[in-house]
Amino acid sequence: MSINPDLQGRSYPAAEVYDVGREKIREFATAVKASNPAHFDVEAAKALGHSDLVAPPTFAIIVAQRADAQLVQDPESGIDFSRVVHADQRFTHHRAIVAGDRLVAELHVDGVRAMGGGAMITTRSEISTEAGEKVATTTSSILVRGEGQ
Amino acid sequence: MSPTFEELTVGQEIGTRSIDVTRQDLVKYAGASGDFNPIHWNEAFATSVELPGVIAHGMFTMGAAVQLVSDWAGDPAAVVDYQTRFTKPVLVADTTGTDQAGAVIDVTGVVGALDVDARTARVDLTVVAGGQKVLMKSQAVVKVS
Repeated sequence: MSINPDLQGRSYPAAEVYDVGREKIREFATAVKASNPAHFDVEAAKALGHSDLVAPPTFAIIVAQRADAQLVQDPESGIDFSRVVHADQRFTHHRAIVAGDRLVAELHVDGVRAMGGGAMITTRSEISTEAGEKVATTTSSILVRGEGQ
Repeated sequence: MSPTFEELTVGQEIGTRSIDVTRQDLVKYAGASGDFNPIHWNEAFATSVELPGVIAHGMFTMGAAVQLVSDWAGDPAAVVDYQTRFTKPVLVADTTGTDQAGAVIDVTGVVGALDVDARTARVDLTVVAGGQKVLMKSQAVVKVS
């Protein structure tokens, strides 16, 4: 199956809330081999002026990839997840993500272009709090490899 | 000690870091991130989709590489923008049961640009594994006091 070119311009509204927990921040920080105390120790985070544990700079990928899943799992998209390669990624933080945040992500499909037998798909997640405060914008391009790519 | 804006110069190196990676690290990252694509933990699956073997999540490499910048900045929240292109996969050999790394990622950071008005520094990262640059245009923008 090939990639549906009509995906471009599509958006998926914010779905369920992502509740940022302290233990998830600690687990993610450990997984990316971060050692900054602000990820682990509430007092250390407060000493830097934060209300609670601070998430590492790439933590928002958890929220963004949950939003992306709506696209990948959309039967109309034609995306075979096993042939997906991550091509590029960007995080723009409007403010730091801290434990206790309740985040939602609105997904936008900004670009779809054919590449060989596959396609490059660019998505953007606008991540905000439930109350509507902007937190982060993430953009991601994935290459869906065609046969033999 | 956190850097101060006035002491920074373009071209200045902020440091280097060497990151050992094992298959277990990839399983941990899969669990922490929710990205369970089997190309990151199952050899047979990875080769069946024409990859040379199990490869690290690009996001693992991106996430681990920026730690050099987080520690240099002092506050991880000072990293206000971070982007990269994933150019080569990081192949991670199965060294389970030994104390050997399955791959080693070497990271070097250099101040690439300074924005006087925003008081930010752009740190350009060079990220190498297996003799190849695995990330390109890997840039972190850091707020500096």
